[in-house]
Amino acid sequence: MVLTNEIIKEKLNEKFPGVLVEWGEPYGLLTFRAPAELNMKVMQFLYDDETLCFRFLTDLTGVHFPDRKGEELSVVYHLHNLKDNIRLRMKIYVPVERPDVFTATQLFSAANWMERETYDFFGFNFVGHPNLIRILNVDEMDYFPMRKEYPMEDPTRVDKDDEMFGRGGTIV
Amino acid sequence: MTEHHIKLSEESLQKETTTLNLGPTHPATHGVFQNIMEIDGERVLDTVPTIGYIHRAFEKIAERRPYYQITTLTDRLNYCSSPINNMGWHTTIEKLLGIKIPKRVDYLRVIIMELSRISDHLVCNSVVAVDTGALTGFTYVFQFRELIYEIFEEVCGSRLTTNIGRVGGFERNFTVAAFTKLKKFMDTFPKTMKEFENLMNRNRIFMDRCIGAGPISAERALNYGFTGPNLRATGVDYDVRVAQPYSSYEDFDFKIPVGTVGDVYDRYMVRNDEIWQSYSIIKQALEKIEKIEREFPEQKEIFYAPEADHFHLPPKEDVYTKMEALIYQFKIIMGEIDAPAGEVYHSVEGGNGELGFYLVSDGGRTPYRLHFRRPCFIYYQAFPEMVRNGFFSDAIITLSSLNVIAGELDA
Repeated sequence: MVLTNEIIKEKLNEKFPGVLVEWGEPYGLLTFRAPAELNMKVMQFLYDDETLCFRFLTDLTGVHFPDRKGEELSVVYHLHNLKDNIRLRMKIYVPVERPDVFTATQLFSAANWMERETYDFFGFNFVGHPNLIRILNVDEMDYFPMRKEYPMEDPTRVDKDDEMFGRGGTIV
Repeated sequence: MTEHHIKLSEESLQKETTTLNLGPTHPATHGVFQNIMEIDGERVLDTVPTIGYIHRAFEKIAERRPYYQITTLTDRLNYCSSPINNMGWHTTIEKLLGIKIPKRVDYLRVIIMELSRISDHLVCNSVVAVDTGALTGFTYVFQFRELIYEIFEEVCGSRLTTNIGRVGGFERNFTVAAFTKLKKFMDTFPKTMKEFENLMNRNRIFMDRCIGAGPISAERALNYGFTGPNLRATGVDYDVRVAQPYSSYEDFDFKIPVGTVGDVYDRYMVRNDEIWQSYSIIKQALEKIEKIEREFPEQKEIFYAPEADHFHLPPKEDVYTKMEALIYQFKIIMGEIDAPAGEVYHSVEGGNGELGFYLVSDGGRTPYRLHFRRPCFIYYQAFPEMVRNGFFSDAIITLSSLNVIAGELDA
């Protein structure tokens, strides 16, 4: 039997009825959203299930959406089933005031540095991580630079503006 | 100031082991890596890697750049094989835009990518040899890296950080000189490569140094997210070129070399065999291009996909004579081309493994979020586990055989 997106979706919905939402297949990659507190439950199920077998963590990263109140920060997992050669993408959202996410390090050793990097740039608190310290930035840094409130350019400059890049803003 | 990095234990004066600071700059690490090692004589008890010395915030910079300007950032990831990174980025945008690339362009890309894979593996393998004490092989093969760089120079104008290709294809067609240089490389390379193999592969001293050094099991490697030659050395035949073919890799006939125990020697041999596979792919690509040009002579002039003209700079003579071309030139250079909204994950087989691009576009002129899945960053965290309880000198060759590139590690 070839594992398809439909089968994965069916199995997940059977195990977690009604909680997995925002299903989609952008560019053929099955994508869904899970409740933040269930992230490890879902991943453990994907890992353990004999047909699903998602046992390779391809990528783990964060995205910041400052406009979504109450779910500003998102963690995106890319998992890969190497046996059937199929990928999926799982997203969870947490509020920026309490960015608590359960760690995936128990399941994947690879998640260790990936989560440290994501913490370093977005400030997620990966609950249960063995060593959640900064990895690429200096230890003394007291903010999370990939968040959208930190613009690339020097904020005192007035000659450059986001309007030049197609997303609003005003030219002074 | 918060507390300091290097923590000496209270009993550090009484203890019988030695704390050794290796790096950040050290001739044997080939890059900016720091390892604080706890050693007992020649045995490594533990090591704590510190990374981030050349972190340049590419992901943040990319959020303010038009798509075509991000190619130069990808150059600086794995700078031993920057054309692969460039092509990976172009194919990611092409996936987002849904552009179909003509076969000839795909094959030209394959040639460039496999050439850079050869040069990447040549550097890695010859440096493993250098670290085991054999400098000669290094001098043998480095002239061929030079020949490869000359081909890049002919195609795109630069050698190391290439910025090669554009969205949709190449910035200009391959010249006759490029094909001549390619032919020169193809004719002369096998002989020297064979010589290098004779020098190293079954060399008793080399084998004794490498076999059993820095091993990792397939299970652990997968758990650590290994990809590329380092994963294949453990016996897992995962290769993005085969698993999710891009740039018409499905048209080529090649093998995936695998190892068994994932030690330094296996990694060396996998890379060695991959060089031959890449050589054969280039040969096939040249034949395919020749066939296309024989059957459809007008295709000789095709070096980019016409659908990509919103992203591909028009030829200069058109810019000066045609209105449309002038408008496109202006819009592209000013970064005024909007990409469609969407999210896409695309990966290519880089020199070190699966180089992934996770791109979230909100429909603007720049990515909303761009994340590079850098293979080095992910597998380097296994380094302490791989060198633990081994010899200190094995740790050095393990590091070079993993081919950790600082640019890719830190992004």
